[in-house]
Parts: sequence; structure tokens; C-alpha cells
Amino acid sequence: MATVPADAVPEPPSNLQLEESASFDSRIIHYIQRAAATGLYEIRGLGAKRHLPHFDDLVFLGASLSRYPLEGYREKCSSTTLLGTRFAKRPIKLDTPITIAGMSFGALSANVKEALGLAATELGTSTTTGDGGMTAEERQSSKTLVYQCLPSRYGFNPDDVRQADAIEVVIGQGAKPGGGGMLLGQKVSPRVAAMRTLPEGVDQRSACRHPDWTGPDDLAIKIKELREITDWKTPIYVKVGATRVFHDVKLSVHAGADVIVVDGMQGGTAATQWAFIEHVGIPTLAAVRQAVDALEDLNKKQEVQLIVSGGIRTGADVAKALALGADAVSVGQGVLVALGCNSPSFVQRGQHISAVADYHKLGTAPGYCHHCQSGRCPVGVTTQDPVLEQRLEPAVGARRVRNYLQTMTMELTMIARACGKQDVHHLEREDLAALTIEAAAMAGVPLAGTAWIPGQGANL
Amino acid sequence: MVSVMAPAAQRVEFDLEQQSVRELNEFLHGDLSGVQEVLVKNPDGAHSIAVGLNAPVRVDIGGHAGYYAAGMNKFATVVVHGNAGPGVAENMMSGRVEVTGFASGGAGASAHGGLLVIRGDAGLRCGISLKGGDIVVGGEVGSFSAFMAQAGRMVICGDAGDGLGDSLYEAVIYVRGKVRSLGADARFEPMGERDHAAVRELLAAAGLSHPASEFKRIASGRTLYHWNADAKQTY
Repeated sequence: MATVPADAVPEPPSNLQLEESASFDSRIIHYIQRAAATGLYEIRGLGAKRHLPHFDDLVFLGASLSRYPLEGYREKCSSTTLLGTRFAKRPIKLDTPITIAGMSFGALSANVKEALGLAATELGTSTTTGDGGMTAEERQSSKTLVYQCLPSRYGFNPDDVRQADAIEVVIGQGAKPGGGGMLLGQKVSPRVAAMRTLPEGVDQRSACRHPDWTGPDDLAIKIKELREITDWKTPIYVKVGATRVFHDVKLSVHAGADVIVVDGMQGGTAATQWAFIEHVGIPTLAAVRQAVDALEDLNKKQEVQLIVSGGIRTGADVAKALALGADAVSVGQGVLVALGCNSPSFVQRGQHISAVADYHKLGTAPGYCHHCQSGRCPVGVTTQDPVLEQRLEPAVGARRVRNYLQTMTMELTMIARACGKQDVHHLEREDLAALTIEAAAMAGVPLAGTAWIPGQGANL
Repeated sequence: MVSVMAPAAQRVEFDLEQQSVRELNEFLHGDLSGVQEVLVKNPDGAHSIAVGLNAPVRVDIGGHAGYYAAGMNKFATVVVHGNAGPGVAENMMSGRVEVTGFASGGAGASAHGGLLVIRGDAGLRCGISLKGGDIVVGGEVGSFSAFMAQAGRMVICGDAGDGLGDSLYEAVIYVRGKVRSLGADARFEPMGERDHAAVRELLAAAGLSHPASEFKRIASGRTLYHWNADAKQTY
């Protein structure tokens, strides 16, 4: 009798019954096994991965007989964007409404921060610091730099407040409304640790509330303090993660914000608990509508600007956000992908070099990676490792990001012209139709082919 | 303070009954050469008095101040002759801020440097998120003081409330009175010679005189520095 080794895997019989459970599908089984194996929730990067109602569920009603389109390549269509016109003596003027979202030095390498600054400056838009202070590289390379004031206050200092072009008070972010920043020890390098006043290699879990104020009345006083420090020159943004958007936007207006940033649940992160990313917050599509409702309710639509972020990927997404009432958008993950995130290769001195083996070491493959938290980014974007960070050459990254932002801006103006608009800010809700009932209800635009907006009466 | 421009050195008065906080701050952010001292009369609890200072000037606030007095201070000496509202000397970088009365919540929050002296009691969350500044409190501190304090030193001459030093990083607390409870990961440690010297130095700087031997040291147990996963089971 032949012995069978204990670890031998038998050939599967051909008549297996494989009825997968919808509740306990392979994804959930993997989740439970991982939880049982580690005793710790999963922490990962990027944003919500599951299907959500999104801008893809809207379409534009281009001009035809009832409206005139503009000549696509000949007639002017402005994309100039003004932010911070309410109280600040020096509002921000951008050439495009597409800005670069707040991402920290720490989450990203110094090379990446420099590349983002170079690209934004060339395209006439702004970049934003993150939960780790301002680096000299990004101040140097960014013509317009937004400086975040976060609960952790890592590296926050008055010199950088004074040299910022705008200040963004961060209440929360779409990937984790109600949660604080996180940077695992492998990314807390000597420079990152020094900037944040933390021990090297510590698993940084930051506060979720600001240390010196609580609630909207205090925030009003805090904003006044920042205005006093900057002699009322600098626009002040308030950023909220999308949850109770209608109320949060109203409270931000009352607190004195010049600009409100609303970040939906598709918004990215460098490291956050899985349950936060996928289960806390509302989709960007719903958030834009609620934010615009709040501004219109207060009659502040022209006075307080709205920036929308969280899963903005294409020029069409930008156009839809603007048509719903946003004044500008912020792009984070899209910019990372433009830099090389999830690309099979990286560029060194003009040569493409494969990174596939390094994705495999992380247990993933190009196109599927979300391991920003590991600090082992195979293409050198979300890392502090001295070897890996060299994989992103600032000039290469800057060119890619510039091209990406330029493409989106061109798509935006193309759609605006097709809708008969001389200015991208003239896009309006009336230019949109929804493809799904969910999107129609969330965005407040009619289901295509009907006049029906769920929740707003049934005049079919 | 010795001024190299002694002949031109002047004392400037601002009366907040007549002038706005905005005018005061704009003046303090301007060219202060020759200005030795600024007296702020009738502060009447106004917020953001003398914030964002960036020069070695002395500012005397003649009464109670509201929120964020001397916020983000650098180089300057600011004295509140009265009580201070929440966030006094928040995010201070250097210089000295003194409150002759009591301070409300979040005193010295996130201060990166400089010295904050509170002669009376301080409210909740004193020294929260401290990043290298020094704080001396003549009286008591409220609950959750030194929450997540990362660096710097706190000397508390009176008692402390609940949750003192919760989630401390490398900041060190010295307490003379009773501590109602310690926060997560904070622990009492023996006082060494360097601790006695630190307490003596800070008390002297604050103009207080208690024997250093009466103080206890509290620092981080460092058990929260890393995730504590019961890892590496497999399927």
C-alpha cells in the first residue's frame, strides 16, 4: 500500500458543488481568517474599494437644438478659479479648478512632494501639505501651497503659517471621518520623526480632535486667531470628511471659513483601518449635493467656495462635480496613480525597470496594490525607504502629474463647451442626468429620460 | 531686557476699548525696532491678544484675556495680568508666557518650545500634545493634562486630575501634589539627579520655590509605541 504524504493536495473531483455564500463569500472568509490570525484589524492605504454610487452614474446633456455648443478648439472657455474671496485679503487664483489634495511628507517621500509642487506650479494650481508639516522642498517647488492645521499639529509652526498661501483646518478626511492620522513605524524615519517630534520607528496614532478647541463655536475663535496671526491676508479652508455634510458645511460657514473642503468616502489615505475606509462616511456624490444645499440654504454659494474630493479621477468627474455646484476639486489618489502607483515599472534615467517582484513580496500585483501603510511602495511613491524613494525621479513624476492634470483640464473645458459654457464654472445641475435611481436621489438630478428625482416628488 | 537701541526704546500703549485686537496684532507683527514694551489696557477677555508674535518684545496684558492669548508665540515675553481663556500660548515656539491668575483648558497645547508659567490653577488638558515646550503651573491642573505629550517638561506644584499623562510619548511630568489617576501608559518613575535639576531650573525660571525633593516624576511606560498583535497564526 502506497503512503500519501500528509501535505499532498489531492486532485479535485469534477463533480464539486461550489455554492458560495453571499454573506460569507471568499472576501469575508479571508477577512475572518486574517482577523483570527493576527488579533488586529487590517490597516491599509488608498480608499474604499467597493462599488459605490459615483460620478460615473451621471451623464451630461450636451447641447443640440435647444442649446448652442461652443466650438471645441476655437472659442474660449475659462477655467480660472478663485478661492478664498470671503474674508482673506489675498484670495487664491488658479488656472484650473483641479488642485492637489493634502498628503503628508511621511506618507509620501520628499521626492514625491517636490514632484507634486513642480507639476502644480506649471499647471497653475495648488498643492497641499499633510499631517507632518511643510517641507522646504514642497514650499520651494509650489507656487501656491495650502498648509494644513491638523489635530496632531505635527510640525505646525508660525513661520510656515506665515509663508502658506492658504491654511486648511482639517476636521476630518473622507477615508476616516472621526479618526486620527496614522503612520506605521516603518515609515517614521529619522527625518519624519524629527519633523513630528516623535521617537523614530514608533507606530504613530494621532489624535482625532484638535488640542485647543472643541466644537463649532470654538472653531470660529480658532479661525479668527489664524486670521490675526496672518493679518487677515490668508484664506482659511475647513476640511470635513463626508458624513453629516449638510450640518457640517453650515457650521463651517458659521465658523467663518472662506473655503470648505468636503472629502467623500472614496478619498484615499496612507494608512487607515479597513473598517473605517469601507464603512464610515458617505459617497462623494451624495456629499457634493448636501454641501451645495447647505451653501444655498445660507445664501452663501457665491461667497464661500466649495472644494470636493474623494475619488475624483477624470476630467468628466471634475465637470460633474462643478455642475453639481463645486468650485474646485482636489485629487489625491489619481495623482499617485499618475506618479506610478500600481504601475508594473518605474523609470530610472529613462529606462523602465520592472517592479513586479516587489509587488509580489507585498502579496499583491500591479493594479491591486493598497499597501501604502507598509512603506515598501514598489514604485517609490509612498515610502520613506532611502532606496525605494529613489525609484521616483522628481522630474519624471512632475511631468506625469502635469500631463494628467492637463488632460483632465482639457476634458473639463471640452465638456463645458459642449454644454455651451464659456466658463467651466457655468456648468450646472440642469446639464446632468442620472443613470441610476441611487445617483438620481443622491445627486438630486433626474433619472435619464425622466423628470424624476427620487425624494423630490414623482412628476414622471 | 537690555535693548541695543536704548535711546529710542519706547513703551507703547494699546487700549482695547479704543482700538481693535486686529490693530494691536498688526502693530506687533510690524517693525518693532525701538519698541521695548507694549501695554495692552482693557483687554476685557478679548480673544487672540498678541498672537503670532515674532520678535523679542515684552507685552503686558492688563487684565483677563480670552482664547489663545499669545498663541504661536516666538521670541516674545507676554504676561497676562489676570486669568487666561482656553489655549493660552498654544503652539508656542519660544519666548515666555506668564499668567498671573488661572488658565482655562488646553493651556500650552502643542507648544514646541518656550516657557509657560501659570501662577494659579490650569484647567483641563493643560500641556496636551506638548512638543518640547516647558510648562510650570503654580496650582493644580485639570483632568487629561499632558494628553499625548510628545516632548518637553511640565512641573505641577499642586494636584492633578484624572488621566494625567495619557498616551505620553517622551515628555516628562513632575507633580508635587496628589494625582487623582494616571492615564494609559503613564507611570511614576524614580527621580534622578537630572530630574531634580530640571525641577529646580524650571521653578527658578518661574520664580517659585518648592524643594525639588517634593516632586514625583511621571513618564511614558512606552507600551503603546507599537501595535501589540498576537500575530502569526496561519490557516
